[in-house]
Amino acid sequence: MNTREETLIPVVGVITDVRIDTPDVKTFRVVTPDGKKAFEHKPGQCAMLSIPGVGEAMFSITSSPTNTEFMEFSIKKCGCVTDWLHQAEVGQQLTIRGPYGRPFPVDTEFKGKDLLFIAGGIGLAPLRSVINYCRHYRDEYGKIDIVYGSRSMDDLVDYKEIVEEWTKDKNVDVHLTIDREQEGWDGHVGFVPNYVKELGFDTNKTAIICGPPIMIKFTLQAMVELGFNKEQVYTTMELRMKCGVGKCGRCNIGSKYVCKDGPVFRCDELDELPDEY
Amino acid sequence: MRKCSLSVLPALFAEIAKSNTLYIPASDNAGGAKFTKWEEGIQYLDTLNTVKSPKDFFFPHTEDLMEFKVTGKNIELFDIREESEDFVVFGVRACDVKSFDILDRVFLSDPVDSYYASRREHGVIISLACTRPAETCFCTTFGIDPATPAGDISAWKTEDALYLQANTQKGEALLSSVEALTEECDSTDVEAQQEKTRKIMQKLPLANLTTDSFGGGKTLELFDSPKWDELSEACLGCGTCTFVCPTCQCYDIKDFNTGNGVIRYRCWDSCMFSEFTKMAHGNSRLTQLERFRQRFMHKLVYYPENNDGLFSCVGCGRCLSKCPISMNIVKVMKALGGEKK
Repeated sequence: MNTREETLIPVVGVITDVRIDTPDVKTFRVVTPDGKKAFEHKPGQCAMLSIPGVGEAMFSITSSPTNTEFMEFSIKKCGCVTDWLHQAEVGQQLTIRGPYGRPFPVDTEFKGKDLLFIAGGIGLAPLRSVINYCRHYRDEYGKIDIVYGSRSMDDLVDYKEIVEEWTKDKNVDVHLTIDREQEGWDGHVGFVPNYVKELGFDTNKTAIICGPPIMIKFTLQAMVELGFNKEQVYTTMELRMKCGVGKCGRCNIGSKYVCKDGPVFRCDELDELPDEY
Repeated sequence: MRKCSLSVLPALFAEIAKSNTLYIPASDNAGGAKFTKWEEGIQYLDTLNTVKSPKDFFFPHTEDLMEFKVTGKNIELFDIREESEDFVVFGVRACDVKSFDILDRVFLSDPVDSYYASRREHGVIISLACTRPAETCFCTTFGIDPATPAGDISAWKTEDALYLQANTQKGEALLSSVEALTEECDSTDVEAQQEKTRKIMQKLPLANLTTDSFGGGKTLELFDSPKWDELSEACLGCGTCTFVCPTCQCYDIKDFNTGNGVIRYRCWDSCMFSEFTKMAHGNSRLTQLERFRQRFMHKLVYYPENNDGLFSCVGCGRCLSKCPISMNIVKVMKALGGEKK
């Protein structure tokens, strides 16, 4: 029996680096105890991390699959497992299982397209995986625009990477915004949905949105106003999960399970589901 | 088909129990029946159905999944899975046998749940045809014939004899192991009984219930029905319906600190509970209406949508007799148009 694969049984991982991104977001680097990646994944997929005795929770894998050395998770402190992780130090072991879910169609629908990434707050975490994947295979995609907003400049996740790497890429435009005026910030101020409308993108782009549910709803509305079809817009969802494989019964929206049919959905697919997310 | 006199039943149980753990319906000492491990002296209880469904033979109420040892920053993981022992369950009704098919589609679909699969492989089901269906029975609504139960072996009990018919290899093997206690026979008596049972079914109060208004593709039509408000109004969210239901399979995974390590276990959960979907940053089903609707939409629309039209209800009637506010799937179906005029 013990040779039979069991998806609920994780492997042990170890935290090899902790980066403080914002006052409530840290990025954890995870490998197996022998220094390897726990498993391969595709952009947009998730993994279950757990601390035995504390709990297990689903997180998007923020590092790109093209990173051959480790996986990264950008995690906001907001519950039992995340509180515990935030006090963890380098060398702390945890458990990891995955990958779970339907990834972004980076090798099909996204190929050759101009891509517009729109993220709010910690919503950048799942998109970072796609952005860096597309930057790695730069010639496979058209122009890349990234709109990213946060409460304040201190809450922008991956700020260093954005400024030092993304803004320097050719044919990549980064548009940052924060909710309210702040000393030392000379960039745009305002909410993401409004900023998207101000920027007024070409409607031939494929858009990928992730952020708090309210931000996704208003941004999608702004996109439709700009003339985008919902078939051109992708998002990634999050609901409570226990198993990760569509069996424990709680992350469904209508007949779709976010853990296996999602987390990535095309926005026209969401129209066929009941409004329960 | 083989048969034996009812007086041989104790000897038959004893023979089966020689090489398998055998469970039969017996008194729960509280006015009901429960599947009980057979041993000398345990009396078979001739009952229509057990209070709890037999789902926990395959999907136990709680089960340990794995164990951890935590030392400082280090974690050791132990796979504590064991191969299930061989067991036989006697007296499973047609509705409950069908519920195993419904659970199989969840637990045996890719990726296979090995905890469930092991028990499923090692369990042999001897079903038992119904002769006195109750007023709460509506299995025929879901295409189940209570007079022809499936299972590894189908059984029929008449006034004086037990008839047995093997349907699978596992069933054949078990039946041949008790060959000495049974004799070959024709199916005349069984057919007469089947005819009688089917006639009773047609006269039962729920015989007019239909699934015509339900099934895959009905989500948007039914989700916003104004009926949910009234239907769910008195729901206490106690979860009794999900616990007695043979097809409810939602589960939780939790950790238990033993003081000497951590056991990660699985236990039944219920979509009727307010914390079922509660996350650190919110809850996708905040009201009891939403949770109530989820349960019935899942059985009548979502599950069939994902499983070739198969409904996730077998009409066993347990929720009808156990709900403290007398709300149940029959009332929901009728309110949403599921009754033949």
